[in-house]
Amino acid sequence: MSSRNLDRFGVPGWLQALPFGLVFAAFFIVPLILVVIVSFWDYNDYQMMPAFITRSYTESFEGCLTRLPDLCTLFKTYLSTAKFCLIVWALTLVIGFTVAYFLAFHIRTQTTQMVLFLVCTIPFWTSNVIRMVSWIPLLGRNGLVNQMLIGGHVVERPVEWLLYSQFSVALAFVHLFSFFMVAPIFNSMMRIDRRLIEAAYDGGASGWQMLTNVIIPLSKPGIAIGSIFVVTIVMGDFITFGVMGGQQIASAGKAIEARLNALQFPPAAANAVILLGATMLIITVLNRIVDIRKEL
Amino acid sequence: MTDSNDFSTGVSRRDLIKKGGALVAASALGSFPAPAVWAAEEKILRYLGTAVNQSDDITKRVKAETGITIQNIVATTDDVTKRVITQPNSFDILDTEYFSLKKLVPSGNILAMDAKKIKEFDNITPIFTKGQLPNGKVIGDQGTAPKKVMFVEGEHSSTFSKTPTQWVTLIPTVYNADTLGIRPDLIKRPIGSWAELLNPEFKGKAAILNIPSIGIMDAAMVVEATGKYKYPDKGNMTKQEIDMTMAVLTEAKKAGQFRAFWKDFNESVNLMAAGETVIQSMWSPAVTAVRSKGIPCVFQPLKEGYRSWASGFCMSKGTTSKQQEWVYEFVNWYLSGWAGAYLNRQGYYSAVLSTAKSNMEPYEWAYWMEGKKAEKDIHAPDGSLLEKAGATRDGGSYDDRMGNVACWNAVMDENDYMVRKWNEFIAA
Repeated sequence: MSSRNLDRFGVPGWLQALPFGLVFAAFFIVPLILVVIVSFWDYNDYQMMPAFITRSYTESFEGCLTRLPDLCTLFKTYLSTAKFCLIVWALTLVIGFTVAYFLAFHIRTQTTQMVLFLVCTIPFWTSNVIRMVSWIPLLGRNGLVNQMLIGGHVVERPVEWLLYSQFSVALAFVHLFSFFMVAPIFNSMMRIDRRLIEAAYDGGASGWQMLTNVIIPLSKPGIAIGSIFVVTIVMGDFITFGVMGGQQIASAGKAIEARLNALQFPPAAANAVILLGATMLIITVLNRIVDIRKEL
Repeated sequence: MTDSNDFSTGVSRRDLIKKGGALVAASALGSFPAPAVWAAEEKILRYLGTAVNQSDDITKRVKAETGITIQNIVATTDDVTKRVITQPNSFDILDTEYFSLKKLVPSGNILAMDAKKIKEFDNITPIFTKGQLPNGKVIGDQGTAPKKVMFVEGEHSSTFSKTPTQWVTLIPTVYNADTLGIRPDLIKRPIGSWAELLNPEFKGKAAILNIPSIGIMDAAMVVEATGKYKYPDKGNMTKQEIDMTMAVLTEAKKAGQFRAFWKDFNESVNLMAAGETVIQSMWSPAVTAVRSKGIPCVFQPLKEGYRSWASGFCMSKGTTSKQQEWVYEFVNWYLSGWAGAYLNRQGYYSAVLSTAKSNMEPYEWAYWMEGKKAEKDIHAPDGSLLEKAGATRDGGSYDDRMGNVACWNAVMDENDYMVRKWNEFIAA
């Protein structure tokens, strides 16, 4: 039903926005406020006590100033998380962009495009934990990869850093989340007016010039949206870090998990607020580079 | 043991819906007013636990012998505790570890059990009531030894009683003495001390539990074994002791000692079976599981002793008096022998030894409990072959194993500080 029809029935805009607004308030705003409130509560071994104290924050930031130039636990944890964000972002961007580019510009018929795009989603038919865990028999000390390397006389003894390492964590992230880059970038590319490319071609632009001067600038919204997906997922993740990193690699999400498991809800909430702040900071920066709202 | 993810809750919910649907259909036809089918009470207990003793076999047997339908709710140790604190009405009977009691009892979300309603209470092994073996030998009580938290002062009290009372926090179900699991085929030399866990010889091939309170105790066993420090109580460290122990762990982690930290049973089995680790802290049935794949694995007795744990039953504060009756009926059934024998055959220990013994073959009892050579092949409860005739159990008899307990899984007074230090250790 078009908006003109709704207008005729006299449904005002705010009423149309209300259902989503309510859902948003009930399942996002209210819980978020609760998390912020709880982060200022006091706690002991088995309960949290309403109060207004900053214990959870001061303890989370413990040593962050006094221990300089050494980094405190929180900074180290965020540095480790940010490092993976950067690596995973760069890799998924290159892979996602390439796949989307191929789908958008090298596949001629729209039917094939859609079929291939749907093929990209097939891995999502299984849970991401299973997709992650299935790497373990491949990468292990006596896993398939090592067997092949040793069998092919490439190495003499098994390569240890394939599993439970930074490599395996990054690999799993890239495997799991590249599609989150493919989808929005593909979408952006499909909206590029093909006449612009033809014009560039007619004007004598090389393939590289067309890519950097036409396609990349016009794909920016897709790149930005994909980046937000990937960055926010990696920032908040604890399962991939845990399973693929052998529980030995720090991440902001894992620090929260440890507090939750110990029933220390207020510091977990405080860490969640800090994580939210850090993630929003990154997204603000991204938004500065690309004004998503304007571009859409 | 392995198929622990049996959520029979789902099945019976489906059954309920079916029956409900039939009822609706019946009343819709208008032939009869809906009969009071719901009043014909079905005995249902929602059983929250960690899967150690939640097996299909037990559930079926309970149903056959008492008519009680057990709906298993399986969660990790941490999640069980979380659930008791935050959703006490989501279960009826709780099966949890004694070390969680320091958190659970003060919360008021669980009810103490009345010892007078437990038929076999006086026959429960004195490990729980007095901290000693049936033969009188006093065993290690560092950490949250069951005797410290076994009784509360009154029915609704949340103060632990030092002496036995009528009010029991947990009626014990199962317990064991844990040690390091090793791969003798890959290590190729005898292992006799906890110090070996951090021996650089096993760089990149060792693992500990990812549960901070247990991981730190394993590290403390190593510290004591190397003679670096002797803790007054490994299960209740001071801040300085936590710092020192974490420093030892951090050093080992930075040197690449650990392949991984494991969090659940299957992870520990896979690490060992795949040869990712050759030495790691482990649970007895996990060692059995590795062995049943045809891979050599030993639950190695060590001279410094075992780290022990125990779990037991109590009720949610949300239970009705009817449900409480069923809980007592179930617990009494549990202690009456069949379940005890079932647990013993998995390598755990049951709470009432006499009833379990009468449910086991003499050769089984001799193998599992007396440390004697197996006269015949030893089979798991599911019928699979565990050991050929002639084998003996790692660590020997009940008295040898439980008699050498050095400490118990614990929650420290400085737990909050310890968890912060654990995060620091992970970030190091």
